[in-house]
Amino acid sequence: MEINDLGLEAIGSEEQELLKRNVLFSTFDQIKAWARSNSMWPLTFGLACCAIEMMATSGAHYDADRFGVFFRSSPRQSDVMIVSGTVTKKMAPLLRRLYDQMAEPRWVIAMGSCATAGGPYIRAYSVVKGVDQIVPVDVYIPGCPPSPVALIYGINKLQAKIRYEAKLGKKVRGDDDLKRAVDLFR
Amino acid sequence: MTILNVPSIYSDETFRTSFAAFVQEVFTQEEIMAIDEAPYIYGAPILRVHPSSLLKVIAFLKKHPDLRLDFLNDIHGIDMKTHIELVYVLQSHHFGKIVVVKTETSRPGGSVPSLTALYPTADWQEREVYDLLGVYFEDHPNLSRILLPDDWVGHPLLKDYEQYDEGI
Repeated sequence: MEINDLGLEAIGSEEQELLKRNVLFSTFDQIKAWARSNSMWPLTFGLACCAIEMMATSGAHYDADRFGVFFRSSPRQSDVMIVSGTVTKKMAPLLRRLYDQMAEPRWVIAMGSCATAGGPYIRAYSVVKGVDQIVPVDVYIPGCPPSPVALIYGINKLQAKIRYEAKLGKKVRGDDDLKRAVDLFR
Repeated sequence: MTILNVPSIYSDETFRTSFAAFVQEVFTQEEIMAIDEAPYIYGAPILRVHPSSLLKVIAFLKKHPDLRLDFLNDIHGIDMKTHIELVYVLQSHHFGKIVVVKTETSRPGGSVPSLTALYPTADWQEREVYDLLGVYFEDHPNLSRILLPDDWVGHPLLKDYEQYDEGI
């Protein structure tokens, strides 16, 4: 790869010489984001049929390990919570507790239409209509269930988001001012 | 054909009529109010029982040596809008035959005697009926919600249940 391909024409010739010796310049935030986005360890947290697709994603064929996505059994060791499936109202406090147990920085992927908005159970009495009413969600993946390819695309989107936010600052709602979807339209 | 020789849990008309005659001999009209026609469950006879004599009838069916209905398959609760119907599906481990007992209670908040003294398995089944339909079972050892959270308001399988939803 030529140095000019990287869009680094503006830097001086001395630095260009350094680059040829693999010396890079960046902000520490971006370095951290680069590292974090390439080792996102999701929590092993399957709730319904989406979890089957999530398992398939980490299996041999789709091999999520390629992206540093490696499932952990403890929220203490996890960076990402992939909410894969229907969240019932009885499960909601437990999901929130697991999220609270995760160390920061932490991200949430709402996988499938159930976790996004209740899905086919939108009229059911027992189902939470979107996991964003409980935890702040970074990436929504549509589908019922989304294929492993769609989940990998969502993981890529989250990686891009982590790097983008490191560069330009966090632009999403924080957990403190987490609002219910209905409040936004009042 | 060998398949006909296999003992079946399905009952035919012969069994139903002989069972009906047998039951009408033992119980009064007040205790067994009616013997229902089709649709049948596994072809089994359906007894419609007054709630006050439910325990007596089922205890008899359980202990009678010719019936030995020693297993409570399941309890169905059905909201019929005017009342709540309870369907007890009893089966004999010995003979394989099934007998269905139906009773009804008022809604909301009707009560029927609990079968936990006869069938320990009735414990959780009655809790589920209580949870989803609000039927009270007298003398139940622990009549609390089993599926929904303890702080849930209302009984969601009632036809006039209005759900409280923040999301929609």
